[in-house]
Amino acid sequence: MKEKKKSSYLSGKEIRAIAKQNKKVMMALEAKKHRRAKEEEFVCEMKNADNILEIDDLHTYFFTDQGVVKAVNGVSFDIPKNKTVGIVGESGCGKSVTSMSVMRLLQGPTGQIYSGSIRFAAEDKTYDIAEMPISEIYRIRGKEIAMIFQEPMTSLNPIFTIGDQLDEVTYIHRPEATAEEAQARSIEMLKLVGIAAPERVYNSYPHELSGGMRQRVMISMALVCNPRLIIADEPTTALDVTIQAQILDLLRDLKDKINGSIMLITHDLGVIAEMADYVVVMYAGKVIEKGTVQEIFKNPLHPYTIGLQKSKPTMQSDSDVLFNIPGNVPNPVNMPTHCFFKERCDRCCDKCGGDYPDMIQVSPTHFVSCHLYDKEEEVNG
Amino acid sequence: MADITYERALARWQSMPDTETSFDDAALAAELAEKKAAAIETDAGKQPDPNALLEVRHLRKAFPIKKSLMGKVQQELIAVDDVSFVLNPGETLGIVGESGCGKTTMGRTILKFHPSNGGQILFDGQDITKYPPSKMRKLRTEMQIIFQDPYSSLPPRSTVGDILSEPVRVHKIVPEKQVKAYVLDLMEKCGLRDYYYERYPHEFSGGQRQRICIARALSVKPKLVICDEPVSALDVSIQAQIINLLKELQKSMNLTYLFISHDLSVVKFISDKIGVMYLGSMVEFGAKKDIFGNPLHPYTQALFSAIPNPDPDAKMQRMVLGGDIPSPANPPKGCRFHTRCPYAKEICKHVTPAYREVEPGHFAACHMYAEDASNGEQE
Amino acid sequence: MSEKEIKIQNAPEKEEPLDKNVRLMSPGRMVVRRFFRSKLSVLGLVLIVFLFAFCWLGPVFYTQWDQTEVDYNGRVEYVQTLITYVDENGVEHSYYQLEETREDTNTLAKPSWEHPLGTDKTGKDVLARLMYGGRISLTISFLTVFVIAAIGVVFGGIAGYFGGLIDNIIMRVCDVLMCLPGIPIMLVVGTVLDAWSKTPDFPIPIEPQHRIYYLMAFLSLISWPGTARLVRGQILSLREQEYMVAAEAMGYSTVRKIFKHLVPNVMPQLIVSMTLSLGSMILYEASLTYLGLGAPEQFAAWGTMINAANDSNILQNYFNIWGPPGLCIIMAVLGFNFVGDGLRDALDPKMRR
Repeated sequence: MKEKKKSSYLSGKEIRAIAKQNKKVMMALEAKKHRRAKEEEFVCEMKNADNILEIDDLHTYFFTDQGVVKAVNGVSFDIPKNKTVGIVGESGCGKSVTSMSVMRLLQGPTGQIYSGSIRFAAEDKTYDIAEMPISEIYRIRGKEIAMIFQEPMTSLNPIFTIGDQLDEVTYIHRPEATAEEAQARSIEMLKLVGIAAPERVYNSYPHELSGGMRQRVMISMALVCNPRLIIADEPTTALDVTIQAQILDLLRDLKDKINGSIMLITHDLGVIAEMADYVVVMYAGKVIEKGTVQEIFKNPLHPYTIGLQKSKPTMQSDSDVLFNIPGNVPNPVNMPTHCFFKERCDRCCDKCGGDYPDMIQVSPTHFVSCHLYDKEEEVNG
Repeated sequence: MADITYERALARWQSMPDTETSFDDAALAAELAEKKAAAIETDAGKQPDPNALLEVRHLRKAFPIKKSLMGKVQQELIAVDDVSFVLNPGETLGIVGESGCGKTTMGRTILKFHPSNGGQILFDGQDITKYPPSKMRKLRTEMQIIFQDPYSSLPPRSTVGDILSEPVRVHKIVPEKQVKAYVLDLMEKCGLRDYYYERYPHEFSGGQRQRICIARALSVKPKLVICDEPVSALDVSIQAQIINLLKELQKSMNLTYLFISHDLSVVKFISDKIGVMYLGSMVEFGAKKDIFGNPLHPYTQALFSAIPNPDPDAKMQRMVLGGDIPSPANPPKGCRFHTRCPYAKEICKHVTPAYREVEPGHFAACHMYAEDASNGEQE
Repeated sequence: MSEKEIKIQNAPEKEEPLDKNVRLMSPGRMVVRRFFRSKLSVLGLVLIVFLFAFCWLGPVFYTQWDQTEVDYNGRVEYVQTLITYVDENGVEHSYYQLEETREDTNTLAKPSWEHPLGTDKTGKDVLARLMYGGRISLTISFLTVFVIAAIGVVFGGIAGYFGGLIDNIIMRVCDVLMCLPGIPIMLVVGTVLDAWSKTPDFPIPIEPQHRIYYLMAFLSLISWPGTARLVRGQILSLREQEYMVAAEAMGYSTVRKIFKHLVPNVMPQLIVSMTLSLGSMILYEASLTYLGLGAPEQFAAWGTMINAANDSNILQNYFNIWGPPGLCIIMAVLGFNFVGDGLRDALDPKMRR
């Protein structure tokens, strides 16, 4: 057979070993997900009362047949109240998986939160989302945390009118609402997202709307329940530039109008710079740098952040050759023990072959995970 | 001709009173059609530009969307309408536009994946518009295409080696014995490692797949490569790699690119000339320095300001276009951009602006730069 | 001090072969893995393997009887009959009369060591007939499915690739063929073949035991439209894939495009549909032979064997005659369907996680 001569492929024995190992862990995590739990088990306290969401050493793994993919591998960051936190990184860096973990939308049984905590300050209590059984998630999902997806074309159900779908959200979270109330709320939301003829849109079907309009509807749907946190996963990636400009204007506008925080996930540094207050840069499942938007853009420290900013073609720069980061994102199975960026880094030193660098605090808000800044730590200590 | 800038033209345009006269749409449409037909006729007789590798004259592509029972076309979607340009060897022409502007259709029509419905395509001095498929097949080695989606553009059940050596064998680019060496050499040029030869496309990331696509396109030693959004599906750091690779290969293999993208900043890095398309027609065309130094069309201006700036301090005043892109099946009358143009006047709603050379080598289609307007400015 | 010196290297020109150590699953193994993930498909595979072994290897070991061999070891059978008569006094009497019948052949024997599944009405061994019958049923269904697939791929491929008028004609032919009712037509054809086989100077000699092959050949001639539609649909969607546009851009010839690039990508779906239709072909063959359109009675086929249940005596008292072939048919159909479902999950890239 063809496969035999290729040593680059896994052998049947290895595959069976992987499957056996995975099954054990997966079953335990699935059982934990579906357990009945008393409220005390998942109610906790925030470390800092100013935060709406605290993600602490989150590990989200995918147990695939080819090995364990550590999609989120020890991520920690906070989202302060009424602020926008941008999460930026390339595909496969775990930014979407982080948001899926917060919403508990991971596809089981392969995708599981392995460890860590996600503390969320709801109206009255603080929940640890990672510890919640899946049956309790209704307390938060949609009501307290809403999500805007990338693909406005497929995120709406084509056989119901926009009105039906908007009203439904109200009913689910406020079952006592009358039809008039629900409609009024829906139309109010449509107005809020800058739709000129909300009544007409209310009665139309998704296919009658353009991409930009659909994304507005998606945003209004997220806003119906006055969520305390909105997760926007690449909200403008699928849109044209001029439409993207409209949606960004809208989001910036809404930021001030609504009483909540936004977790903005995007690969576009330009969008982050315009929208976010805080930035989290992720690479291969880890946070490599985080700080305020000023710190990240004016004083980037991690070579990856620097490279990312240099490699983005901008309208302002005039050079003829683009800077590029060589190589590719490492395969998520079999991650090395040293810094994941070592192979692509242009400022790599001897130390980089050692342990994975720790998070180093550079300023009260600025953190970076790179051996280049270790020395300062030693000097200080 | 005096220097024409956007600011001056706009100031002039806004100072002009809006015309009160009513327009006869039917007569205007008839007149326009007549003008177009006349232009096509006069240009059809012209000799091909001896310097040009690719010359496109009044290209038109329409897809029938409604047919009568007898097969007669009742309604059509005009995807590409009256597009002309000249591309010299070794140059890169960037085509920018939003979805539905016909840029992809134009690229594929030039490659004759579907027949054009008017106008001429001259490649290397020959009119290939009427070439039959058998004759086109021989020309395929000269013009190649790179696609946007590196996932669907590679056959899933062949190894990289097969994918790259098949065209070499079919077109007998090198003798059979040298095929593998040739392919490995090509792979190295495109930044692919030799042990990839035996692997399947699904094992690779987007950037590596796009490199495979580039290697495949270049395996037949083409002169012209149409890059259809080759970096749009890739990550930023990979985007830069691919753009640099394309530029490098252009130098070493003397390639000519038609680079289609929706991202102005990407086009800026790679192009010598830039064409801006909106709803099937070219609204502005010129050398890079003209387009970026002195963008004339309001749509180009809007595109520029729509790109998010990765500088948190530069909160620039943005020109945000209202409304949505109209459906190309039912484009607005008059100037197609008037529904979203912040400066539209009555004339824009009825009269299609002429696509004319405002500065030498710099074309635009907007009433702000109409002949009489610029004449007026001169005085 | 030396610690403070940071070696700054230039950007590595070539990427480090990080991915060289990464070991993935080969495409073949991925398919196998997905197939074996479902227990039902494993069960299906076991059933099929068992049936094949039973039909082809069985007769090698079970040699005492042949399918046409009649057990001439006559046997004595005692039949007890209750006889009632009324005497002259009007009193009713009854007694049992024991009749001894000596038969030439060992018919309708109960299962015993000599005949594990007994014998049938004519004294042939049921187990031997079950094995040989299975050979015919399985062979015929495989042949039919391959013929159907071949015709379907050619017509579906042509229709899908060229489109337009050709597509229209082929698809309308399909529509017409799909209107034909299967069993009645086969009855008519069976009768015609019967008449021909009795005509001595008919150009093609039709042996009675080969009649079922002709019938199934005819069946495949009218049942390819399903496959053709499947292939056409697949090719229509594959044709729009960018790698096909790329093949067009490469200037490949039409033949190469169809057979090198399109057909291999249709194969997974085709294999799945073929496996699934194997089950229905077995059913078809069984119904035809059941209706007496197949081989003459002395040649075994599962359908013919079930036909014996038309006799109410056999239906009631001799489960060992019609039960096993029925069970074999159920096993074959279920087996092929389970394997087909498993293959669909394994081969269909849309199911890929």
